[in-house]
Amino acid sequence: MSLSSELLQYLLSGLTMGGIYALVALGFVIIHNVTGIINFAQGEFVMLGAMFMVTLVNAGVPAAGALVIAVILVMIVVGLIEIGAIRTARKASPITLIIITIGLSTAIKGIALLVWGTNPYKLEPFTKGGPIHIGGATIVPQSLWVIGTTVLVLALTFFIFEYTYWGKALRACVVNKFAARLMGINPQRMSLLAFVFSAALAALAGIVIAPITYVTYDMGLMLGLKGFVAAVLGGLSSTPGAVIGGLALGIIESMGAGLLSSGYKDGIAFIILLLVLFLKPGGIFGTSGTKRV
Amino acid sequence: MKDLLRQKRLRHALILLFTLIIFAVPFLVTNNYYLSVLVIIGIHTIVVVGLCLLMGYAGQISLGHAAFYGLGAYTSGILTSTYNVSPWLAMLAGAVGTGIIAYLIGIPIFRLKEHYLALATLGLGLIIHVVLMEEVELTGGPSGLSKGIPYLSIGSLVFNNDFKYYFLVWILALLAVILANNVVHSRIGRALRSIHGSEFAAQSLGVDTGRHKLQVFALSAIYASVAGSLYAHYITFISPSPFGLMTSVQFVVMAVVGGLASIWGPILGVSVITVMAEGLKEFMPLLIPQAGGEYEIVVYGIILVVIMIFMPDGLTATLVKAYESWRYRKERPNETS
Repeated sequence: MSLSSELLQYLLSGLTMGGIYALVALGFVIIHNVTGIINFAQGEFVMLGAMFMVTLVNAGVPAAGALVIAVILVMIVVGLIEIGAIRTARKASPITLIIITIGLSTAIKGIALLVWGTNPYKLEPFTKGGPIHIGGATIVPQSLWVIGTTVLVLALTFFIFEYTYWGKALRACVVNKFAARLMGINPQRMSLLAFVFSAALAALAGIVIAPITYVTYDMGLMLGLKGFVAAVLGGLSSTPGAVIGGLALGIIESMGAGLLSSGYKDGIAFIILLLVLFLKPGGIFGTSGTKRV
Repeated sequence: MKDLLRQKRLRHALILLFTLIIFAVPFLVTNNYYLSVLVIIGIHTIVVVGLCLLMGYAGQISLGHAAFYGLGAYTSGILTSTYNVSPWLAMLAGAVGTGIIAYLIGIPIFRLKEHYLALATLGLGLIIHVVLMEEVELTGGPSGLSKGIPYLSIGSLVFNNDFKYYFLVWILALLAVILANNVVHSRIGRALRSIHGSEFAAQSLGVDTGRHKLQVFALSAIYASVAGSLYAHYITFISPSPFGLMTSVQFVVMAVVGGLASIWGPILGVSVITVMAEGLKEFMPLLIPQAGGEYEIVVYGIILVVIMIFMPDGLTATLVKAYESWRYRKERPNETS
């Protein structure tokens, strides 16, 4: 394999994982912007989506229907969690709320372990067929599904944010929470909306990645963490930033693993992350500069 | 003024009472398993005291403290087992080395704020963990240091059982608490609190906020490193798994559950979380006989959420509030409020 085709290979697999990171990162950004919380349970939502999907497909539900049901189930679960835990504690400080999401993540993971056990589950790819060859690199059809879904979901997200009432309300909260409140936007309802919407994004990410990686009860931790990294790379408050951060992280990681050392894969991603943060302390797309006291 | 004096007396009385309890416990608890849990609580307390200084007084979060804990453990482990260095010297080397590393890494990291800072410390922790896993020749890789790590000893006194180790660990833990208490009530402590209140205001009044934050960061790393060395000489075997991200998160959880605003927070937080985790391991099988480890995790997570919802400022703050309202009612029995 020549170096250029090797690079193309890493680029393609990087884009696949990057798409997943982008979806997870988008969820982080939406929740953070609306509520100020870093939701450490985001990775568990990804796992729940994948688990529901596998269970439904194994029960004989056709894939398309299973996908819709799985996403809706995750949205309901997360909605209940938001009402039960986050809303009850909404007056607490951000660090307390973050610890609450860590507790929730532990509990969700435990319940998943209880229901599904430690065995990895396999989900059939959405379409059959062998790997596709592009310019010396190979790609499995499911990767195209991942990239396609990512593009579609992002387009849909931007449409919702630009043209629907609820999307505009969410965006208003992002720009200025206080002003949005003065305009009659209910922050509690927005918090619920942000959690449910992020849950849908996370669940979708879990479902499309499931055929490539196996589904296990503990898959959420690393995916959630990488999503967080991607979100911070993108500035933590910018939606396009989250997407670019996700893709960049995916590509950096796959290049690092391929060209340098696979054992140091996670290490390389984080070293680059630290370098980026040191050079640009507000993230690539963050607003730097003055802050009102 | 009378109130202040009384508070100070109360504080000293509490410290004295606590010290007495600490030294009485091992004579009452003879079960080795309980003693070993208490030793681990002592070791974790040292880490969390340092973390509380950083989080509660300097207002900076760290999601990478397990890495400093690991650096201490591995420095001790490698120097004593491979190079036959005296354990105490190795512990000192670990503490100094970790302190210097934390200070140097802290220079760029502390230019960051809030979530970026949390992420940078998290990244730092993960990188150090990866190094521990991958540098097989030095660290033994994922399976751990294969050579035995010697016990600590002073002269002919060898700390080779839970009973002796308990005293060693808790004396050091008490020293850690007292040192932290002195830092808090010193000039640096006041400067630190001013950073927590408003960094801008502190800067404008001439407080060198950057340097103070770095000093506290380095101090908390030294605490973690010493605790790591104690862990290595207690277990006498180390592998990378206890020094990963989940341990870092758990340290933060212990600090927050205990409460950041008091020197009692760390001890209470570590005790509650450790006893809870161990207790669930003991009692869940009794409640639900067919239950495996899964139930523990679920219950642990839910209890954590419930504590944070109902006591958002931590256990110590809740206890102090309860005590104050009790005294208020006692002194003014006729008023109802």
